[in-house]
Amino acid sequence: MYRILQTLLITLCLLVSVHVTGLRAADDLAALVATLGTAKLSELDDRIDALARSGDARVIPVLEALGEGNLYTRKADGSVFLTTEKGASLVLLDPLSGAEIGEAAKGDIQKIKVNNSVRRAVRSALSGLTLFSTDTSARLKAAQSMRQTPNADALEAIETALAAEKDATVRKTLDEARAVTLLISDRSDDDKRAAIKTLAESGGREALGVLTSALSSADASLKPDIEAALQQIEQAQVFWNAGQNVWYGLSLGSVLLLAAIGLAITFGVMGIINMAHGEMVMLGAYTTFIVQDVIRTSYPVLFDWSLAIALPLAFLVTGIIGLAIERSVIRFLYGRPLETLLATWGISLILQQSVRSIFGPTNREVGNPSWMAGAFELGGLTITWNRMWIIVFALAVFAALLFLLKRTSMGLKMRAVTQNRRMASSMGIRTPLVDALTFALGSGIAGMAGVALSQIDNVSPNLGQGYIIDSFMVVVFGGVGNLWGTLVGAFSLGILNKFLEPYAGAVLGKILVLVLIILFIQKKPRGLFALKGRAVEA
Amino acid sequence: MNIRARITGAFLATVLSTTAFNGAFAADDTIKVGILHSLSGTMAISETTLKDAMLMLIDEQNKKGGLLGKKLEAVVVDPASDWPLFAEKARELVSVDKVSAVFGCWTSVSRKSVLPVFEELNSILFYPVQYEGEESQRNVFYTGAAPNQQAVPAVDYLMENESVERWVLAGTDYVYPRTTNKILEAYLISKGVKPEDIMINYTPFGHSDWQTIVSDIKKFGSAGKKTAVVSTINGDANVPFYKELANQGVKAEDIPVVAFSVGEEELAGLDTTPLVGHLAAWNYFQSVDTPANAEFIKTWKAYTKNDKRVTNDPMEAHYIGFNMWLKAVEKAGTTDTDAVLDAMIGVSVPNLSGGYSTMMPNHHITKPVLIGEIQSDGQFETVWETPGLVVGDEWSDYLPDSKDLIADWRAPMSCGNFNVATGKCGGKGS
Repeated sequence: MYRILQTLLITLCLLVSVHVTGLRAADDLAALVATLGTAKLSELDDRIDALARSGDARVIPVLEALGEGNLYTRKADGSVFLTTEKGASLVLLDPLSGAEIGEAAKGDIQKIKVNNSVRRAVRSALSGLTLFSTDTSARLKAAQSMRQTPNADALEAIETALAAEKDATVRKTLDEARAVTLLISDRSDDDKRAAIKTLAESGGREALGVLTSALSSADASLKPDIEAALQQIEQAQVFWNAGQNVWYGLSLGSVLLLAAIGLAITFGVMGIINMAHGEMVMLGAYTTFIVQDVIRTSYPVLFDWSLAIALPLAFLVTGIIGLAIERSVIRFLYGRPLETLLATWGISLILQQSVRSIFGPTNREVGNPSWMAGAFELGGLTITWNRMWIIVFALAVFAALLFLLKRTSMGLKMRAVTQNRRMASSMGIRTPLVDALTFALGSGIAGMAGVALSQIDNVSPNLGQGYIIDSFMVVVFGGVGNLWGTLVGAFSLGILNKFLEPYAGAVLGKILVLVLIILFIQKKPRGLFALKGRAVEA
Repeated sequence: MNIRARITGAFLATVLSTTAFNGAFAADDTIKVGILHSLSGTMAISETTLKDAMLMLIDEQNKKGGLLGKKLEAVVVDPASDWPLFAEKARELVSVDKVSAVFGCWTSVSRKSVLPVFEELNSILFYPVQYEGEESQRNVFYTGAAPNQQAVPAVDYLMENESVERWVLAGTDYVYPRTTNKILEAYLISKGVKPEDIMINYTPFGHSDWQTIVSDIKKFGSAGKKTAVVSTINGDANVPFYKELANQGVKAEDIPVVAFSVGEEELAGLDTTPLVGHLAAWNYFQSVDTPANAEFIKTWKAYTKNDKRVTNDPMEAHYIGFNMWLKAVEKAGTTDTDAVLDAMIGVSVPNLSGGYSTMMPNHHITKPVLIGEIQSDGQFETVWETPGLVVGDEWSDYLPDSKDLIADWRAPMSCGNFNVATGKCGGKGS
């Protein structure tokens, strides 16, 4: 009798508590959101989970703000807000409705702290909530996130979404997400086999990771399938890896080409050992910094155009500096290579230290315009936008320079003067002017290279030093005085370097490249494409 | 390089000997403090800030009335990122300018190059940068972090809070990353990590093409186990590294990078929005919310007349070291080296993170360890910190040939490498 009573009581209690929780969940989303303000970092995961389980689309902006660190809490009472800035104070917005509810001084409210594990929880919660969004890119993001961090509970939702999905890219991602999730679920082995097949066909590193981790926990009957799939993916990867290496090599080559192409004019064509070449690159990068700084403070909408604006400016600035250097120092030193070397080296130190004194020794921030940020996939290749544009830019500069030298009268004069100064002079060419302009052109191109290099490297006074040795290496290797040699030299050194790096490591790889160049120069002192003819002997 | 160094060296020597001569008349009523940080060359990027910080601290102290009733006078020299020149400049500071203590050096190689000078001339050096340990010298006080005050707790954090199982140890190819990685590798293996789950990678100074390495990291991270990168990449190479990480889409939620050489100064040259969540381990962040720190930042911004200047960990180390030295000199009543060396041990001063740091007998100090996540405004947010202070451990417990060594500069031991197994002073590093 007593036992029956006890069971009854417990059942009653359970019923009541279930009823109360049900009420509470339906009662108010706002209460749930409000708990975010007072939660400790370790409790946030659970709170996010609770919000996600509400399934209400209104929590999406709240979670997004939380993940991005834009959700604030008032110090006094722990209530939660979204904010927008308004002068010195902040406008408080209700997190769910977005309605304005007042203002607060910056000191009175604080950001809700998040860490990586909270961000992960937000990401997976959001992926569950946005899987059925009407926005294709939101659905794609949700599918990608589900593929990345599979959760067995979400399997049915994925399948429902898959059945309704029309967009081909999202479908493919969802299909892969389904396969990944299925592998960790308790579905039948046949289903899992099909999933393994899907993954093997999709390939890529993510699939490799999923299958490798599934291998250890899978049933014995599934293991051969997984192993076969792994092998299939790895074989495909060998091919793509080689492709990726070629791409990296081209990309490194384009950087070398950019750095060296100005030197190919000043050193290659004019024969000046120009140690200040790297500093011209550095000045070009600083021009970009100044342009971006002005744009940031005055015309923020133009930011994506900052590089286009900086290019001609950098060309002008470094060109004029080059002109000044040629007129004031180098023209007195023609035909005296050692003195030129020392003088230009001195100039490089002066330029470095003046930049350091003016801008300070620390790095300056040069941002990527949106069209240069991120990457895209091409088959199994990951191609970053900034690297791709740099390759395009390097080739464009090269083509323009080639055109200038071979197809214009200025180019003709330049070549005439550098090949036989006295003959050119007696034909009526003003050789000093041509010298000055040629040097200015080489410097200006170095400045333009600086604009491009500011996208991938530090903008600091030391920027140029890092490129000067590589530049000389490329020009000498390619053959002094030959632009095509510089092109071929840059790309072959880039690719060689990138194929050595995975095997030998970055340090040894670089040493090996240098050793190979020394050996090559021993054998062919004039480089890949040696100039022939009497002009060379003179 | 050598010609340049020699020319600048000779030039500076002339300038400085003139100033020293001029200063000789005033020698009696000032106490001189040497500042040995590179103001030109590759290391200027990091060290110039420390020079400014020291000048500010000295300035502030003079406003408070100086030391022992005398004004402090800063003597600044420029070793130009040239290691042999560091030794030359140190000698000049001690024997020509007669400074009472020197605050300086950044790289380990510069510290190693000045050690014999300080030993020979019996003067004091305060070294403010995190380093690889495996050293304790009578004339040097190490106010930066030893590996157990930075690297080991960072790895512990990743293991416990992010359940990382696979590790990439990426560093620049020189002594600090190599030794730190050796310690970390031994530590990870002692924690049961399999050798095939550790990838070690070195790159040259100023490495700017990170495509292959970042893609290798992605590949290594796709083995189905949680992966993290422990970065001892130095200075200039960091910006292109982080840019490549961001562009190739390596997110902190998936593969976090914890760095030991990236502070607020380094992030100042970067758009940190894509890097939010990557980590750094230090003993101080500018974002630390204490009254002492708020005061320090305010003074710093006022001193540099620049509202955007940031503070960083080595600056705090100088702040602690300088205050310790002041206290020790007051305690000893003289700036005499031997007296100050004795007085230093046990000196305790407030640090900027709300506690007290104490100079231990091994010439290392106690500090809290903070793990911070990069924020979109270029600051760090502390996500974890050690419950108490950690004592700097000069000889690592995880390396076989140094685990028996201890340092204790108090009499009667007075030894930087006492071997507890053999009971003799003098082991590795002697």
